[in-house]
Amino acid sequence: MGLPRPEELISTVNLKKMPSKRWMDIKPELKPGFYCYGAKRKDLAYVDFPNARDFHPTDPDWKLPEDWKRIVIEGIKQRIERFRTFHIFMDICVRCGACADKCHFFIGSGDPKNMPVLRAELLRSVYRKYFTTGGKIFGKNGGARDIDLDVLKELWYYFYQCTECRRCSLFCPYGIDTAEITIIARELLNLLGLNTDWISGPVANCYRTGNHLGLEPHTMKATLEFMCNDIYEITGVKIEPPINRKGAEILFVTPSGDLFADPGIYTCMGYMMLFHELGLDYTWSTFASEGGNFGFFTSMEMAKRLHTKIYEEAKRLKVKWILGGECGHMWRVWHQYHNTWYGPIDFLEEPVSPITKTKFEHAKSNKIVHISEFTADLIRHGVLKFEKSRNDNLVVTFHDSCNPARAMGIFEEPRYIIKNVCNHFYDMPDETIREQTFCCGGGAGLNAGEIMELRMRGGFPRANAVRYVHEKFGVNMLACICAIDRATLPPLMDYWVPEVRVTGVTELVANAMIMKGEKERTMNLRMEPLPGKEA
Amino acid sequence: MGIGLAFIIVLGLIIIAYIGTDVLKLNTLFAVAFPYAAFLIFIIGFIYRVIKWAKSPVPFRIPTTAGQQFSLPWIKQNKIENPSTAWAVALRMFFEIAFFRSLFRNTKAEILNGRLYFGSNKWLWLGAIAFHYSFFIILVRHLRFFMAQTPWCISVIDSVDSFWQIGLPMIYMTDIAIAAGLLYLLGRRIFNPQVKYISLPSDYFPLFLILGIITTGILMRYFTRVDITSIKELALGLAYLKPTVPDGIGVLFYIHLFLVSVLFAYFPFSKLMHMGGVFLSPTRNLANNNRMKRHVNPWDYPVKHRHYEEYEDEFREKMKKAGIPLEKE
Repeated sequence: MGLPRPEELISTVNLKKMPSKRWMDIKPELKPGFYCYGAKRKDLAYVDFPNARDFHPTDPDWKLPEDWKRIVIEGIKQRIERFRTFHIFMDICVRCGACADKCHFFIGSGDPKNMPVLRAELLRSVYRKYFTTGGKIFGKNGGARDIDLDVLKELWYYFYQCTECRRCSLFCPYGIDTAEITIIARELLNLLGLNTDWISGPVANCYRTGNHLGLEPHTMKATLEFMCNDIYEITGVKIEPPINRKGAEILFVTPSGDLFADPGIYTCMGYMMLFHELGLDYTWSTFASEGGNFGFFTSMEMAKRLHTKIYEEAKRLKVKWILGGECGHMWRVWHQYHNTWYGPIDFLEEPVSPITKTKFEHAKSNKIVHISEFTADLIRHGVLKFEKSRNDNLVVTFHDSCNPARAMGIFEEPRYIIKNVCNHFYDMPDETIREQTFCCGGGAGLNAGEIMELRMRGGFPRANAVRYVHEKFGVNMLACICAIDRATLPPLMDYWVPEVRVTGVTELVANAMIMKGEKERTMNLRMEPLPGKEA
Repeated sequence: MGIGLAFIIVLGLIIIAYIGTDVLKLNTLFAVAFPYAAFLIFIIGFIYRVIKWAKSPVPFRIPTTAGQQFSLPWIKQNKIENPSTAWAVALRMFFEIAFFRSLFRNTKAEILNGRLYFGSNKWLWLGAIAFHYSFFIILVRHLRFFMAQTPWCISVIDSVDSFWQIGLPMIYMTDIAIAAGLLYLLGRRIFNPQVKYISLPSDYFPLFLILGIITTGILMRYFTRVDITSIKELALGLAYLKPTVPDGIGVLFYIHLFLVSVLFAYFPFSKLMHMGGVFLSPTRNLANNNRMKRHVNPWDYPVKHRHYEEYEDEFREKMKKAGIPLEKE
């Protein structure tokens, strides 16, 4: 991928050496490998985003509207009045620096503007200039500056170098959340049409076809059937995926990434095998075919516009409740936003597992249950039978995805599942898991190929912890409950710890699960020989 | 950056107080007018800022979760770090405000030979605790100047604080702790390259200002004699709104009082407002119960989204061919 070798990449990073110039005096320089390609006119126009045009970040002329400064300042004002978070976070930072070395991008790049505090100061300095007395009077000495094209470029460059993972917010004594600041900064940038191709493309796709990949309904059906053919070959069990079926009890929604690429597809096969084994009355929807939401990386409004289809489909298909697959930011949106956007959800029923009769009290209002909660409950009730030894070739560790970790707190459920279907499980060091988990380096729409260097740097802390358990315990499989992770962690592992592969938790479940009427299994879902069955 | 500027400003303030009282004899201005004005600015400014924050609504419930969620009955929830009820939130906030819980979590990341290492790093927490608690106790101790009869609770604090009797007058532990805490907080802004790089003049200014206040305070208590009776007379006069300015109050006291006045007046315009803001921070003071209880956004508005009918219209033929159920054949 044209990158230096891993040792060389990190050897240039010095977290203690800061530039001699003040940060305000350093002009932004767009370094290749650190910024995404600009958005295309057609994608912005399709969803009525402002200032739709082909945007090339390296062009000196960004083709901004004439009154762009006013738009940004008005935009800040409106958001100060709408978000107490933003208002307070702009005012109360004391620059104690506790967040500085908590950011994976700072650790991996050593660029001081990747310290969360400084990332926020980029915008805070503009806020001070236009909205505070001190900033107006003292200017630069008061930490305030005018907005100009260089400042705008800096905002664009660095707010697309944040994956909204919230690790810094955990350590901040006032809970200042850089994710919230990044979300709002990106909203401001979107007012000027300053989006990236990797985000605006999926957004337009998602609006039209229901999913980021742009899979049309017949393609989605064919994909699922293709997977079922593989399942038949591996297990001898025939599965018909239910699609857009009215009156099913449960609507199942997962990120479209699980329908497309290795290793996500194995997790998707796992879902279908699990539901078939349970005889679950469920359906897929070709329209609600995306749980993820790249709109969330552009503006709150766009996020709401994309997510609405899920409850709409639940209503149309007359299901009782919704079951959600393994995904990171999808769960952030579902857990912390969707109920507010669409509720009250009075057209669905409080979720109850049809198998164990467990009432999911914690989801009684929004009526959406996480697949790991659902599966952990099944295992606890002894509903499923496992042949754990089928996973004996795997030494597994678990990567807590940022959003389910710090915006939800789902830690025990996936670990409980893994320990019940695998014999060899080892956690990574405490400073790198659960609420302190490190990002994969490619969240919040930063999983584009053209920023591989940024991703490898940002993913370094995660990879470093995996390497530790790989060397200590022989870990060779990194499990996760996020579709973005399943896309970003494999190249990260290939670069830093090539001996380790990536899997979804449900893939591990399906491998170990004994199905009614299955033939003697010789292959895992990846069609590799099971331990002891090597020819 | 800006350390020199902040230092010069504080030095300038000291000189102003010196010239104002010792040379120009504007004692009433410094002993009465400035303290009253500063106190008013502080109270009104503080309330104004908090009301302004409170006026911005909380559209979404977005706590940062730092422990296991409430889900299945047999999975142990971390009720304080990931609260799902109002009581648990109150407890989380208590730990945050009284013990600086989040700061206590602090770690240190270092890269050595291409590997990343983490260490515990509680110094910042310790320095912050030492500074804030000492400041608070010193403030409470000072209340005895404003009351004719010292209430028993303040006497108790006083005697506990001077528990280790070293010579005369008795040394307050908080005087040592606040000096140590402040010097540490200042020291890391000077010697920690990351913190140095992010520091603004407005970060150094309050440190120097408070250093000036405690230095003059310590000088008055332990090293030079000041007329305590006159100072108490002045303080009582201020408290009972019958200000008198007795003679014989040394210039050191005027400097002390002027710096305190500046601190109070500066407070509402500065980052020191974190004292009020921490109570309102939505990532800490909300329960993580969005799936149990709907949060309402007061400015929510309907958005344009795609309807299934449009979707089916676009793909009807393909869906039909693939045998996918349709609303309209």
